[in-house]
Amino acid sequence: MEAKTKISTEQDRQDLVITREFDLSVALLFKAFEDADLFEQWMGTKVLKLENKKHGSYAFETSQRGNVVFRANGTIHEFIRNEKITRTFEMENTPFPVQLEFLEFEKISEEKSKLTLHIVFKSIAFKNQLLQMPFAHGINMAHNRLEEIMKFLN
Amino acid sequence: MMNLRRDVFQAIADPTRRAILLLLTSQTMTAGSIANNFDSARPTVSKHLQILTECGLILQEQQGREIYYQLNTQKMKEIAEFLEPFRKIWEERFDKLENLMKNYKSK
Repeated sequence: MEAKTKISTEQDRQDLVITREFDLSVALLFKAFEDADLFEQWMGTKVLKLENKKHGSYAFETSQRGNVVFRANGTIHEFIRNEKITRTFEMENTPFPVQLEFLEFEKISEEKSKLTLHIVFKSIAFKNQLLQMPFAHGINMAHNRLEEIMKFLN
Repeated sequence: MMNLRRDVFQAIADPTRRAILLLLTSQTMTAGSIANNFDSARPTVSKHLQILTECGLILQEQQGREIYYQLNTQKMKEIAEFLEPFRKIWEERFDKLENLMKNYKSK
């Protein structure tokens, strides 16, 4: 079976592109990014702030035992409903510099849509470093799952 | 040493082990200080450290009475030659999004 989520990047480029087709209308797909409650559920993080507008900002964090273990923030540069979001993304207290993200939402049919996430890094070296630590980007999920597992074990 | 590559990917497929590797990105740590970051029992964390060590993702160094753990950056680079771990993170996340919004629609 072909993978639904595809990633492409070149060794001599400091960007990468993630694409995914969803069995969802483009409106529903976009809503998952726009609505803080929904975003929290699939990203597995707490949304502190989400200002969906040009020059708006956003922040999210994950806590464990009352301690913040991960925090990320950014600024929204373009916000066009059901079409695109352009934003910066910065992981706090990590060696990673801010990155630029272009999200494009496309309608394929009434019940199908496509997301293209184009990420531009400060350098090829930082792109490689992130790929070496793929879970840095997904640490929220890691911690959430961790809590689930711990509950199960107790 | 068969299926070494698959073992490495299995090792990082576990969220606790990913969290441990991330803790070790900026410093070397003892088993005790690593365990303090988790609610789980100390032997559970030790088991994860053992698996990560066996896969070569982390290295042990004895300093006096303590064993310090550090990332094996060479091994992490080998993983990076494959986009698969990064892709999997996004695949899981997007699967979750799709299921969530399918239920949202039918509500």
